Amino acid sequence: MAERAAERTWDQVETLAPKKAVPEGLWTQCPECGESLFRKALEQNLHVCMKCDHHMRISARQRVEQLLDPGTFEPMNATMSPMDPLSFVDMKPYRERIAQAQRQTGENDGVQTGAGFIKGRKVVVAALDFTFLAGSMGSVVGEKVTRAIEHATDHAVPVIVVSCSGGARMQESGFSLMQMAKTSAALARLDDAGGLFISVLTDPTTGGVTASFAMLGDVIIAEPHALIGFAGPRVIRQTIRQELPEGFQTSEFLLAAGFIDRIVHRANLRSEISRFIDFSGT
Amino acid sequence: MYALDFEQPVLDIEKQIERLESAPAAATLADELATLKATRDTLLRKTYASLTPWQTVRVARHPARPQTADYIDMMCRDFCQLHGDRRFGDDPAIITGLARIGPFKVMLVGHQKGRTTAERISCRFGCANPEGYRKALLKMRMAEKFKMPIVTLVDTPGAYPGIESEQRGQAEAIAVNLREMSRLRTPIVSIVIGEGGSGGALGIAVADKVAMMQYAWYSVISPEGCAAILWKEANETTNTKAATALALTADRNLTNGLIDSVITEPAGGAHRDPRAAASAMQHWIVEQLRELTRLDPDTLVRRRFEKFRAMGSTASRQLA
Ligand SMILES: [Zn+2]
Repeated sequence: MAERAAERTWDQVETLAPKKAVPEGLWTQCPECGESLFRKALEQNLHVCMKCDHHMRISARQRVEQLLDPGTFEPMNATMSPMDPLSFVDMKPYRERIAQAQRQTGENDGVQTGAGFIKGRKVVVAALDFTFLAGSMGSVVGEKVTRAIEHATDHAVPVIVVSCSGGARMQESGFSLMQMAKTSAALARLDDAGGLFISVLTDPTTGGVTASFAMLGDVIIAEPHALIGFAGPRVIRQTIRQELPEGFQTSEFLLAAGFIDRIVHRANLRSEISRFIDFSGT
Repeated sequence: MYALDFEQPVLDIEKQIERLESAPAAATLADELATLKATRDTLLRKTYASLTPWQTVRVARHPARPQTADYIDMMCRDFCQLHGDRRFGDDPAIITGLARIGPFKVMLVGHQKGRTTAERISCRFGCANPEGYRKALLKMRMAEKFKMPIVTLVDTPGAYPGIESEQRGQAEAIAVNLREMSRLRTPIVSIVIGEGGSGGALGIAVADKVAMMQYAWYSVISPEGCAAILWKEANETTNTKAATALALTADRNLTNGLIDSVITEPAGGAHRDPRAAASAMQHWIVEQLRELTRLDPDTLVRRRFEKFRAMGSTASRQLA
């Protein structure tokens, strides 16, 4: 049989992508209720609307900042950057899409991983970044999540993955698909070692991310009213040619269906996660 | 008979052959017949040697292409189907059962698309529900217990996207299979026999050795799905582009290190000679199982882990 080379589909870059320099206004609008919100106050409220309690999408960097004790985050593999293993071109080359996303977000790819503390408890955290190509899972996201899980396994530290993703990264095709197997297999090893995995589902969590690590938590919690599913609502509507029921594929729908343990308000995430860690004794 | 447009010239010659063969003076036309058959064979080989990826996808979906049930008939002895996930129901879109292949007793698991219209509808054209994936895992665990190797045949456009499938945890069912298959302590071999659509395919394909039939496809999304999203519209032109871009053919998947082998199909595809396809597949399965059954479970599971761990992640080289 032929010898084959397992290809590396990411690269180590020397510097981080340039930080974006878009000035933000003083005010912002709630996408749910339309209320004008003072940006500073909204930030202090963890980007949850003060009027209607809508949990807004936040970047992975903001997520990590909110979740961890201030100043404790030590990033891992921050310089890992996607290559283009298939030289994929659709209406635009994948390389250009990557470069554009890097310019816009100031990030190298769609996940932040690292070690830190939550209320004094040591954790490994991975947060997917919807602002980077819709949080899609390519080789970098898969590799960084896997390394985070492996670090947690090796150091007997709980691992928390905050999912926020549109699913697979089509431009990496089979490589993207296999990240589902890779991350899930890493979780099998964590499980064998008795490690704790807390999966946090946020709006939106769909596709290959849901059908791999996101649904494999020892504890699975979701923020309120998040869209969570395997297939996207559009695909389902086209397949069955009927309207979807009210509240379909929300956190509340999944709780009722028995697939998540708890719905947790963003303001309570830190204390709930701490509690799980204490109960597990890890 | 169902005809792919690019096969039409071949089918036209075959019609002539048929007419000659049924002619009253057939015996005197032996030379003409031989010439026609040779032309047919050459044309078939030529057509199939230069299939575009999108044409390959269409061969993979050919309605006469052998399905899991056909391969079971042609390749397995003593097949004993096992039904149900013991939780919700029995999904006909995934067939599971005990079988003998060559010298091996195995657990066979495979997507079934269906032949007749009624069967196709009940199998949802090979799109399994969560209970299908859970049934697969239940039977694979039994195989592990009794130290039987597992053979899975992949043939699905994708896991079913519906209201009930979401409600019953499609994502969870697939995710659990990925995790559990990675640590099952018995040999697993998988063959993509037709369509290998995304997580629905991978959900029964975390195997020690993965092969694709020569004209199967395996990718993160179907060409049409990809075209609809990235080209904003799925049509003949964009499907062709998407199929090429996705690197979904057996050869590309092999070069990319995502599968271990390609099983050669008979000239003109498995639908032209299902028995030859089954025999090639059986040969590959037996060959793999001979190697894999020699390994102790720890080594087996470690190697399986390392294989998937390396995908898209290391520069190391390994032997397939
Ligand atoms: Zn609001």
